[in-house]
Amino acid sequence: MFPSRIWRDSKHRYRLEAGKCTKCGKIVFPYRLICPECGHREFEKVILPDTGKLMTYSVIRVAPSQFTDQAPYAVGIAELENGVKLLAQITDCDVEKIKVGMEIRIEFRRIQTDSHQGVLSYGYKFVPKWY
Amino acid sequence: MRDVAVVGVGMTKFGEIWEKSFRDLYVEAALAAIDDAGVDRLDSMHIGCMTSGLFVGQEHVGSLMADYLGQKNLAASRVESACASGGLAFRQAFIEVASGMSDIVMAGGVEKMTDIGSDGATYALAAAADQEYEVFHGATFPGLYALMAVAHMEKYGTTREMLSAVSVKNHHNGAMNPFAQYPFEVTKEQVESSVMVASPLRILDCSPITDGGAAVILTTVDIAKKLGKPIIKVIGSGHATDMIALHSRDDITTIKATMVAAEQAFKMAGKTIKDIDFAEVHDCFTIAEIIVMESLGLYEPGKAGEAVLKGETGLEGSFPINTSGGLKSKGHPVGATGVAQMVEVVKQLRGEAENGRQLKNNPKTALTQNMGGSGGSTLVHILEVA
Ligand SMILES: [Zn+2]
Repeated sequence: MFPSRIWRDSKHRYRLEAGKCTKCGKIVFPYRLICPECGHREFEKVILPDTGKLMTYSVIRVAPSQFTDQAPYAVGIAELENGVKLLAQITDCDVEKIKVGMEIRIEFRRIQTDSHQGVLSYGYKFVPKWY
Repeated sequence: MRDVAVVGVGMTKFGEIWEKSFRDLYVEAALAAIDDAGVDRLDSMHIGCMTSGLFVGQEHVGSLMADYLGQKNLAASRVESACASGGLAFRQAFIEVASGMSDIVMAGGVEKMTDIGSDGATYALAAAADQEYEVFHGATFPGLYALMAVAHMEKYGTTREMLSAVSVKNHHNGAMNPFAQYPFEVTKEQVESSVMVASPLRILDCSPITDGGAAVILTTVDIAKKLGKPIIKVIGSGHATDMIALHSRDDITTIKATMVAAEQAFKMAGKTIKDIDFAEVHDCFTIAEIIVMESLGLYEPGKAGEAVLKGETGLEGSFPINTSGGLKSKGHPVGATGVAQMVEVVKQLRGEAENGRQLKNNPKTALTQNMGGSGGSTLVHILEVA
């Protein structure tokens, strides 16, 4: 796998860059070419807020090949302060203490080592706010 | 549109079939369907297959299977919609016969999943999710359904006991299906002490990794009459997609693609859920069966789990679901699943279901629901005895 695949998404994964539809205000993450709400094709760049609330989660014990060394690990969906929802790992905490509704912040972390993509890859994870 | 009937069905035994290859599985099922229908030719063939490239390194499935089925130069193609590939193959065949383009069309499905290890299979199945924004972060298929389960439990108070009841019921039915991968009963205690895969889902909440093939033959009602087979008409077909990533959807406690596909199928058939006698639905995980029951409109949101507990969807219940054992007990060779659902409903509608799982009172109308990924696509079909 060429590094271009990782590089291409770095603006989303490293800097949380999203697009805001200039017509209806819908925020899309990652970028899209057309707004799924109104069909408009122009977006302005916005940066996602780095705090939100956990909507649901699961502790993964049977992992795909590129994550077997990390299992068990938690993944969840959080709703950020502007309503955008993201899926990411929940880290830096005892997985037994994770609760729906808890406040999280987004931190920049290593996601995979020695992955199918062939290079170290980085991105965002959720960390409970109480840490 | 011409009236279309299913005249032949066939499938392989589902399971870890080490002695049979990808091509063997398909051809065995296809020959069984051809023999059952009594047809002497095919005009075209649609094959549902999710990811033979990742499972066995083989693409160009249309050419391979037409070749090994001895159908020289047949118009054959593979269609893909993740775990709904089989349902999609059925719809393509239905459209082709209904349109008048072809008269005798096979809809088949196949997957050979045990030629790679289980972490490889987990990786291959995860390809049905958003590779860059779900899989990249470590989400697995059980993991995505677990996210739906937790959300459903939070919103409606759905319980561990309700999930277990789905598994217990489907294994009870599958124990009577000679084609099932796991034809045995499980108890609530066994389900609840089985290995955790992605909390709260345990291994006995999950459909297995399976090798298998299934095939059916569709033709016009006029030709079906000449063949002398019971006429099982296809009266409704619906197909819809949704945002691929779970987190992009407004509500993860329902499956919108199923709601939309069902609405289309009911409209075409001129029926409502109340006119349906029984269904095969996509219970890839126990929570999926509960959510699908609600998304089909069979129960109000949050009420399906209770209905399963009460036995309403059992063989003797008011609306039997997954008489075949479902994906849970029968097995889930992903590309074949949507077609294997058709095999079961046709057997039930003909009164030919084996080993005591035949529904009483001559069921007349059946529904199938087959979905891809975490609900990013759904096919719904309605079949009726003519
Ligand atoms: Zn817009």
